[in-house]
Amino acid sequence: MATLGLIFSATHCQSSLTITKNRTIASVPVGGRYRLIDFTLSNMVNDGVNHIGLVTTTNYQSLIDHIESAKEWDLARKHGGLTLLPPYTNKPSKDNNRLESLRNIIDFIRRAPEEYVILTDSYHMCNIQYEPVFKELFNKKADIVCVYRKADLSKHDYTPVKTLTLANDGRVIELNFEEELKGKVNMSLDIWVMRKDLLVSLVEMAIKADLHSFNRDILSNHLDKYRVYGYEFKGYFNEVTSLKSYFDLNMDLLNIDIRSELFWTENRPIYTKVRDSAPTKYITGCKVSNSTIADGCIIEGTVENSVIFRGVTVKKGAVVKDCVLMQDTVIEEDANLQYVVTDKNVTVTNGTKIRGTHENIKYIKKFEVI
Amino acid sequence: MKRRKYCVAMLLAGGQGSRLYSLTTDVAKPAVTFGGKYKIIDFPLSNCVNSYIDTIGVLTQYQPLKLNQYIGNGQPWDLDRNFGGAHILPPYQKKVNTDWYRGTANAIYQNLPFIDQYDPEYVLILSGDHIYKMDYNKMIAVHRKNNADCTIAVLNVSLEEASRFGIMNTNPDGSIYEFEEKPKHPKSTKASMGIYLFNYSVLKKYLTEDDADPSSSNDFGKNIIPNMLKDGLKLYTYDFDGYWKDVGTLDSLWEANMDLLGENPNFNLNDEKWKIYSRNDAYPPQLIKAGATLENSTITEGCVIEGTVINSVLSNNVRVEKGAIVKDCVIFDDVLVEAGAKVEYAIIDSGVTIKKAVKVGAAKEKGAKLTVIAGGLTVKCDVASGTMLEEEN
Repeated sequence: MATLGLIFSATHCQSSLTITKNRTIASVPVGGRYRLIDFTLSNMVNDGVNHIGLVTTTNYQSLIDHIESAKEWDLARKHGGLTLLPPYTNKPSKDNNRLESLRNIIDFIRRAPEEYVILTDSYHMCNIQYEPVFKELFNKKADIVCVYRKADLSKHDYTPVKTLTLANDGRVIELNFEEELKGKVNMSLDIWVMRKDLLVSLVEMAIKADLHSFNRDILSNHLDKYRVYGYEFKGYFNEVTSLKSYFDLNMDLLNIDIRSELFWTENRPIYTKVRDSAPTKYITGCKVSNSTIADGCIIEGTVENSVIFRGVTVKKGAVVKDCVLMQDTVIEEDANLQYVVTDKNVTVTNGTKIRGTHENIKYIKKFEVI
Repeated sequence: MKRRKYCVAMLLAGGQGSRLYSLTTDVAKPAVTFGGKYKIIDFPLSNCVNSYIDTIGVLTQYQPLKLNQYIGNGQPWDLDRNFGGAHILPPYQKKVNTDWYRGTANAIYQNLPFIDQYDPEYVLILSGDHIYKMDYNKMIAVHRKNNADCTIAVLNVSLEEASRFGIMNTNPDGSIYEFEEKPKHPKSTKASMGIYLFNYSVLKKYLTEDDADPSSSNDFGKNIIPNMLKDGLKLYTYDFDGYWKDVGTLDSLWEANMDLLGENPNFNLNDEKWKIYSRNDAYPPQLIKAGATLENSTITEGCVIEGTVINSVLSNNVRVEKGAIVKDCVIFDDVLVEAGAKVEYAIIDSGVTIKKAVKVGAAKEKGAKLTVIAGGLTVKCDVASGTMLEEEN
């Protein structure tokens, strides 16, 4: 079944996030060698979605740098492949949202030969199969299916969120926009599946009526007219909403079950940009425990409960505990770090001690020397 | 439209590598795993692209399936080109005289039409069984400065080793006056590295003449080079002083892997200026669990380590379970070492499972011999040192 993928980057509220200051949420580095977008792109490719529009609004340099020609996902194609869709207008954006993006790319959508479309954001870390979502679309004779998960919002530190109220048969009867934290909910994952011509007519209608929000004005107001159903995603899911949640998401990858589900599900590998680093070297005297370490590292010191990205050096006598060290971080002799997130190319010099706590994680900016 | 390439590389990758025994049962030697995430052929290929040589014919003959698949369209090495790029060249059927590649020179001779397409000034002949980093451009520069017809890269070896190599006897200016294959009493220590640079017009003439000679064994070392010397052509050496290792035997393959280890390794792969490229599988980063002990080792993506790994090189997706010990080993892809197993001084081919508490090999420091386990085996009983296990025990 021919399906067009539309990936939106940065529709999430992210202004408060230090790690997204110079990059979109889609290009946030996670798990030692990935960017968040790798999950969504790989999920699509693994389900045979080979024509993808990647919609960007702001700060998309790092994203373009990561995607390049999209050949790592086998998306450098004559037929289909990945198309980057940067903003189209000269006017500064009033409402930087999905509907405006859709308006800007309506010609791209119209021209695409595919019959169906998946709309998704790119803040997800999960290995989701779209095939069962389509099954729901056909079985329920639905017009639209929205993917949600059951979440306990009291544990969640991000608002506002979109939640779904469902009838017994799974039909969406209400779409809520919560500003307050609130117990157990069906949280929308911002993944929508429908026929492409329905999407086109919805966007055309919105243009005519000068509407502003895809969720509020289009979907929410037409739940009686269109058959909108929910599909519950039961797998592992995480997202980045704060520095602490970024840290916790990375630490999840030390869990062998989560790691297996994300990376070892048969026929569903997660692809990323290849850096051609040499394998990681462990020098005699190093102590490594409960850590995930990417290629191209040289480890001489102690590393515990940490996520280490490509090309990191931990020198003799250095101690790294409960840390996330992004690409090309250098930890010099006898430095001592706990609960620290270093961005790319950070150097922590000889003997420096940096100590955070789980509640107050220390973040060190790109290229900083400490 | 007529276009040309300055230099075309021809990579001889058809060798069986019979001295690697079970490691080359279903792959050609250039496709044998090296250094964790590489294949031997990654080294000449990466050297080419790092030297701006982007047109490479890869001559295959023995067990080419995995090698062809590995090279594919050449994308990992930036060799997917509209003009040029990597091309697999197997022997092919012709109107007359269809034949396998009968020798190194014949393999190139049969592919002269491939080279002609690019009308190159120079042709670089490489082999797919050496581990080294070399800037071929420097060799071309020396070749041009000498106004040579052919330049052969040489390595200075010890006098004892010299009788194992093809030796170049040279004048003080580096010009070659004699070539001796494995001399009993070497006059020089300049050993051929199997890297030849020819002016294409000269090479074409000599290959054509060689093919017309039924008594020739169609070999560069035995026929082409001696014939050129006999005719008084200008042959020079190019002195190379970096790391170079022929990994044609199990022992040398093991040693070359060990050369990667340590703080100041004999052969450094963490070299941003001279990256070695390889085809990557989509593996997650390695996971080192609590209780693991790592000493002087290199480990790559997909591995999960709970046991002890000492002086070893581990490839993608190797699992070392709790209490297992891996020491002085070279382990290929997708190997499982179960809890309590002990593997010492061994090369383990891909897909092997070593069952719980099984002992493979013995301590190298106590004089044990290298043990080799063939691909895909499940090892249920102990394997004595020096064994080459090719069937399940």
